[in-house]
Amino acid sequence: MLHWLLDPLNYEFMRNALTIGLLVGILCPVMGTYLIVQRMAMLGDVIAHCVLPGLSISFFLGIDILIGAFGGGILGALFITWVRSQSRVKADAAMALTFSSFFALGITLISVLRSRVDLDGLLFGDILGVSPIDILRTAIIAVLVLAAIKIFYKELLFYTFDRVGAQAMGLPVDVIYLGLMAATTLTIIASMQAVGVILVIAMLVGPALTAYLLVKELHQMMLGGAVIGALASLIGVYLSYYFNLPSGPAIVLVSSALFVLALLLSPSQGILTRPKTQP
Amino acid sequence: MLEVQELAVNYRGVLGLEAVSFAIAPGQLVGVIGPNGAGKSTLIKAMLGLIPLSHGIVRYCTCPLCQQLERVAYVPQRSQIDWDYPISVWNVVMMARTRRLGWFRSPGRATREIVRAALERVDMLRFRHRRIGELSGGQQQRVFLARALAQQAEIFLFDEPFTGVDKPTEAILFEVFGELKRQGKILLVSSHDWGDSLNQVDRLLLLNQRLIADGRPDQVMTPDNIHRAYCGTLAPAYPSDVESPFFC
Repeated sequence: MLHWLLDPLNYEFMRNALTIGLLVGILCPVMGTYLIVQRMAMLGDVIAHCVLPGLSISFFLGIDILIGAFGGGILGALFITWVRSQSRVKADAAMALTFSSFFALGITLISVLRSRVDLDGLLFGDILGVSPIDILRTAIIAVLVLAAIKIFYKELLFYTFDRVGAQAMGLPVDVIYLGLMAATTLTIIASMQAVGVILVIAMLVGPALTAYLLVKELHQMMLGGAVIGALASLIGVYLSYYFNLPSGPAIVLVSSALFVLALLLSPSQGILTRPKTQP
Repeated sequence: MLEVQELAVNYRGVLGLEAVSFAIAPGQLVGVIGPNGAGKSTLIKAMLGLIPLSHGIVRYCTCPLCQQLERVAYVPQRSQIDWDYPISVWNVVMMARTRRLGWFRSPGRATREIVRAALERVDMLRFRHRRIGELSGGQQQRVFLARALAQQAEIFLFDEPFTGVDKPTEAILFEVFGELKRQGKILLVSSHDWGDSLNQVDRLLLLNQRLIADGRPDQVMTPDNIHRAYCGTLAPAYPSDVESPFFC
């Protein structure tokens, strides 16, 4: 058993994969918790698709992908807010339109600019091919985002629970919203290498949602989500190594399997285990 | 003195409120009544600056109210809250202190004592570890009442606090309103259905886009006024109708 766990660590690519998997597995659920409780889970998916045009531009210009991707993600999020505030268009429709348009723009730009982008790697992740610089970027983003959440926890709790109440008390809700969007975008960028833009939503939502079924406070949802996310990443990477599975999907499938387990067996809310209500 | 002057709200071209003016003195409990869609919530939100005003101003102690929001406690409509949110009763009430604590600071002993006292007052202290979604509607409303109390505000705005609430909670609400009045606070409470409690307010504002009447409940709830508020478009309310002894 120990053999089974330690053998892959002889390879550098496996050590890298496990490190970034761990980082992403912790960071994504913490950020995803805020998306879930605001009923904005799909926004994570939208931002993930919106980073694509930014990525291809930064490849073309030869600047760090972080800059382009961040710009693209924020622009997409702001575009949705703008459309909603200026018209009767509802959030889901605005999101569907935005993410497909940005995605199309991204693909077009990659083709037109002949950016040497590894599209497969971007879309589906390539955790076994991460470089030390990727790990460094992910680690810095993770520390920054987690520190910001720790510092502004009480304001974020108020804002996400009762936005109007927070505004009524004079909290700068627009700044908080922008901050959340920025942190979500950074989280997605940090996770792209590991699971890819299409599957990153699964890491944002899956582990946090599993924790949601098990706990009753927001910070517990974050902590629980981080543990579950880290676990899913590690198991996924090992499965990918031993059974030659694509790594991103393997991580996501483990995370989803854990969700189904919690759905069935959560002590308080599990379908099979919850206390029977008296007729 | 809380003064609302010539308040008007248009939301995407739809008239919300028009020329609403009134003033509330400290120690007054003022009710707002009107049919659904009359603009009761809009009035409260506009007073707080939560929605843009197309005209008018709201002042407290001669300064715009929206610049001193920490002095206002607002209890939103129940429908505005996601009751599945993973949060305990204790932490909901703790939110009241967010602004007073300021950025970067965590609550200390004094803050916890304020929160404890507020929960005790509404008889919800024993439920402090419960998730908010596990409570009944009345209990949830009491938690929000405790949050308003813990804010130690001077102005209290309640949006439909009696909706989906049991009798004991309604009694506690009115007890607390009475206590706040005696402390010289300003209270504005909206409800579409006051029932028997109408006479507990000092003053009633009858609203339907415009302020149709303003005065003691028995002065306001005349057949003529009720007809004008509830039966569609009749004679428009002229400014002379909204004059009241409290207007200053």
